Amino acid sequence: MRYMMLLSGTNPSTPPPPELFEAIMKLGGEATEAGVLLDTAGLLPSAAGARVALDGAKVTVTDGPFTESKELISYALYEVRSKEEAVEWAARFIKLHRDHWAGWTGSTDILQVMDPAGP
Amino acid sequence: MTEPEYEATRSAIEAVWRIESPRLIAGLARVTGDVGAAEELAQDALVIALEQWPTQGVPDGPGAWLMATAKHRAIDLVRRRARYDQKLQEIGRDLESRPEYSGEPDVDAMDDSIGDDLLRLIFIACHPVLSPEARAALTLRLLCGLTTAEIARAFLVPEPTVAQRIVRAKRTLADRRVPFEIPARTELAGRLASVLEVIYLVFNEGYAATAGADWMRPSLCAEAMRLGRILAGLMTSEGEVHALVALMELQASRAGARTDPAGEPVLLTDQDRGQWDRLLIRHGLQALERARQLGGVPGPYEVQAEIAACHARARSVQATDWERVAALYVVLGYLTPSPVIELNRAVAVAMAYGPDRGLAIADTLTTQPALAAYAQLPAVRGDLLAKLGRLDEAHAEFDRAAALTSNERERALFLARAAACVRA
Repeated sequence: MRYMMLLSGTNPSTPPPPELFEAIMKLGGEATEAGVLLDTAGLLPSAAGARVALDGAKVTVTDGPFTESKELISYALYEVRSKEEAVEWAARFIKLHRDHWAGWTGSTDILQVMDPAGP
Repeated sequence: MTEPEYEATRSAIEAVWRIESPRLIAGLARVTGDVGAAEELAQDALVIALEQWPTQGVPDGPGAWLMATAKHRAIDLVRRRARYDQKLQEIGRDLESRPEYSGEPDVDAMDDSIGDDLLRLIFIACHPVLSPEARAALTLRLLCGLTTAEIARAFLVPEPTVAQRIVRAKRTLADRRVPFEIPARTELAGRLASVLEVIYLVFNEGYAATAGADWMRPSLCAEAMRLGRILAGLMTSEGEVHALVALMELQASRAGARTDPAGEPVLLTDQDRGQWDRLLIRHGLQALERARQLGGVPGPYEVQAEIAACHARARSVQATDWERVAALYVVLGYLTPSPVIELNRAVAVAMAYGPDRGLAIADTLTTQPALAAYAQLPAVRGDLLAKLGRLDEAHAEFDRAAALTSNERERALFLARAAACVRA
């Protein structure tokens, strides 16, 4: 089962501490070694992006930043055996933020990727 | 706790178990020197978690909790055995037949070099003293955290058979005193081949599953790929490990396109390439590139991955580099001679140089005893004869293929092709 994980959050005014990056690298290494992490990358703030929308028949393009309070921070693609396993990896990732970056709030949305050949 | 809450906690525990059990068992196997005992200790920790977590809540670091609990059990066990051995010594019994447990176990070392322990666990589970079936069952049990029931479902065999295979395998490892260690350089190649064979066997068992089969069977492909990736992470400089990962990922990338909505098999040349999994193709090609960069003489997995890569890279059947595929089958035939490889070469040669050239190769195989009951030989010959307009002969070949296959869907396919020869 493949799951897309989308991490979004609100950063505190303090810069992200190097310990957080180290912890994220370590966890990412563990997930890769466990053979479950297929792909992951960080995302730049939405100020660097754009939004294409359909309103009636009209296609509009708006440059970032988007107005949502939370920014999408990263995505990861996992191949695991159950939703609970995906939840466990996501919880480990979120806990790193709790343990290393005081004041950070956020969440990970876990979405199952459709598999035409799957169960 | 309500029933749904309890079930949710149970599922969460199972998830943690699947993630942590290989590392737990690997660490415990080094401390105890006994894979069977290690698995029991890890299971004990799981049982305690199943008892405690639903009422006390899942601990913040569930993996560390399991590890700490298992360590305590390991200390108890080793102390108990030491006392037992001491007692035996006191009454003057021979200790030769028992493994040695000297002093306190170094359980703190369990956290170090987990990677090395995992690798030791893979090598011992895939030890050549065990049959390939036993190796596969033990590997799925110890390294993938599958239950005996799940392994039985996946391999379409009765559960007691799998249970017995695992028990016997553990006993064999203990009786033969197979050490829990990474093989010495001199025997590494052979031992690694044994590991790769098991991983690919698990993969093929899953890949052979038909659409609509119990999902445990196709999930073997995912287990095998995960094992391959773990091994590739632990043995970064072994080209054939990366090559096997590449081969599995490139083959699996076509899984969704292999059957039509009615569940009928779709041949590679007829598949909708838009349905191929681009992510797995990218992964597979990267893994193949790593294998290439390591240099050396390409092994059989690398050559097979190269062939799979030719298909994966091609946007269409016509765009496929069939000359390269045909040449790669020559190389593969040198490395692992087999009439089936020769038949595959015949197909590639037909695509690259024309059906007559392919048929000439296929015709040389009709006297091969190994292919006497192989449905694909008349099927390939029928296809090439039909392309050459020799429809009567093609018809007979497809009839023969239909009579030989044990797969109902394939039989229907061959009979349809036989009928088409008459109509044309």
